[in-house]
Amino acid sequence: MTNPVTISARGVVKAFGQGPGAVRALDDVSLDIRKGEFFTLLGPSGCGKTTLLRLIAGFEMPSGGTILLDGADITDLPPNKRPVNTVFQSYALFPHLTVAENVAFGLQMLGKPAGEVRATTERMLALVKLEALASRKTAQLSGGQQQRVALARALAPQPKVLLLDEPLSALDLKLRKEMQVELKRLQHETGITFVFVTHDQEEALTMSDRIAVMNAGKIQQVGTAKEVYTQPKNRFVASFIGETNFLTGTARAGALELPTGDTIPVEGLKPVDGGKPVTVTVRPEQVRIGKPGVEGAKAKVAALVYFGTDTHCHLHLRDGTEVVVRLQSPASGDSGLAEGDEVSLGFAPGAAQVVED
Amino acid sequence: MPSQAEARAITASARNGWLLSTPALVILSLAAVGPLLIVVIYSFLTPGQHGNVVWEFSTDGWTGILWSKDIFTDEWMLADAHLTIFWRSVSLSLMTTLFAFVVGFPTAWFIATRPPKERALWLFLITIPFWTNLLIRTYAINEVLRKEGLMNTVLMGLGLTDAPIDVLYTQTAIFIGMTYVYLPLMVLPLFAAIDRFDMKLLEAAYDLYASRWQVLRRIILPIVKPGIIAGSILVFVPSLGAYVTPRVLGGGKQMMIGNFIELQFLQGKNWPLGAALSMLLLLIVMAALLVYVRYANRGSSHG
Repeated sequence: MTNPVTISARGVVKAFGQGPGAVRALDDVSLDIRKGEFFTLLGPSGCGKTTLLRLIAGFEMPSGGTILLDGADITDLPPNKRPVNTVFQSYALFPHLTVAENVAFGLQMLGKPAGEVRATTERMLALVKLEALASRKTAQLSGGQQQRVALARALAPQPKVLLLDEPLSALDLKLRKEMQVELKRLQHETGITFVFVTHDQEEALTMSDRIAVMNAGKIQQVGTAKEVYTQPKNRFVASFIGETNFLTGTARAGALELPTGDTIPVEGLKPVDGGKPVTVTVRPEQVRIGKPGVEGAKAKVAALVYFGTDTHCHLHLRDGTEVVVRLQSPASGDSGLAEGDEVSLGFAPGAAQVVED
Repeated sequence: MPSQAEARAITASARNGWLLSTPALVILSLAAVGPLLIVVIYSFLTPGQHGNVVWEFSTDGWTGILWSKDIFTDEWMLADAHLTIFWRSVSLSLMTTLFAFVVGFPTAWFIATRPPKERALWLFLITIPFWTNLLIRTYAINEVLRKEGLMNTVLMGLGLTDAPIDVLYTQTAIFIGMTYVYLPLMVLPLFAAIDRFDMKLLEAAYDLYASRWQVLRRIILPIVKPGIIAGSILVFVPSLGAYVTPRVLGGGKQMMIGNFIELQFLQGKNWPLGAALSMLLLLIVMAALLVYVRYANRGSSHG
């Protein structure tokens, strides 16, 4: 992606409260979101992702730093002066207006001529497949339909950026999957930059062009879904996205020496100055199990949990450290392992990543 | 089509409904319909010499609303004085309603946007005046407004005016008094409506390029309209029939319908006219209510 930058946050700080009791919801956040991107802010609740979204929308003013839109400083602009629209978590549809009136609202406020308002509204309703419900009041709609109205309403004024604040969290699983596809389609058809906030890592992985993983008011890592999953920068990113194992040991040339004295080959690992311990993360599906005696760490099978498509094998190293392995279940369902078996443990090539704590 | 069993059940529940509402119907007929009927009958009788009525049919009571008999020629003449009283009642009540809304809306908004704990305190403060007798409160306003009263003492003390403002016993005094007395009746339903208002809608409207004024006009006012209508009815109806306030603050010089009715029953010794005026007041209030209900239903068909 080499598209130009649309939204740029520069050293953004947001503190709530005053003095020593103040809470830093955002702590020196810098971020570039490119034009036409499906960009996701992912993190646990309270990580500052919604605060960042509200700052971009203009509902909150930053305590420091600047926000640029297409290179222009919009930090001090009120929400109604920003070409940015929001889809709210609770949808916030206007209850006294019909579906069509809701969608037309932004265009009317912009002072568009009546003919254009009508045409755009119809086009938006067609886009979200709600033409048939145009004259209904929003209270008569289902959750999924309300969601579509909220989308059409926010897209109608053709904003440069569409902000989505956990828009799918109120929907049931089946509807959520449908809307995920729907959102991708809408983004593709409109070409508008989407900034999507979620705490659901699966949602983030499946939908986003790029993800910013946030925690404690800071951006931990920005990258594509594959990057943040396969090359997590730190312990938080590795553990927040998917399941993972952490092993701490001493880095040798091409191998990790565990506290038990066993070594596991790790391609490209280099010794660290002063022999400081390093932490390595490896996904359960990337751990390899061999017969005892094969190169790797000695381990014992502590438990086997059958999940259908795969079997989780809990291994204990000699010092008791637990490592979880995800094995694809063979046709018979029998993994060929039994509790108490002695095995040798290794990593798939390139799977182990050194992470910062 | 309901089945036979369903139809039977519906009839049975309808019968039970009537049976269960009998006590309410009895009280309603004794307390509301009965007295009202007496008023209607009295309005069609002839006034007695020393008050009361003579049982002789006459429409003079109703005619007397707009016309009065010349003492010498016995001819019916258009009664300007009556029209003045009606106009004063309606215009003062409308002004009171409007002003109570202008003051009450920000007040209700302020209370509804406080944290829940603080909110209870503010609501408590709003209801405190209800604990004091209306007459006493009205005399208190009298005390504030009179020439040597609090208002003029403060104004002159601050040097804002040289001579005392003579506002007591004017329509302005009645207007101030009624606004004060009926303001809580405006604030409470408005508060209830604003309390239900989803503040997220404000952000949604600002986000969709609405100015502050447009947010107020296009979003807030239409959504809290049921509260505005309820508050307006609660202020307008008692204002129109107000008796104590115009009596104490208008000093008998600025009569409203309520005082005019009293006059017919006491000094005027014209009970049929008083009864007809009472009925007229009732009809005006009912007409106002009907208009409001119509209007409210049209605008707020959402759930």
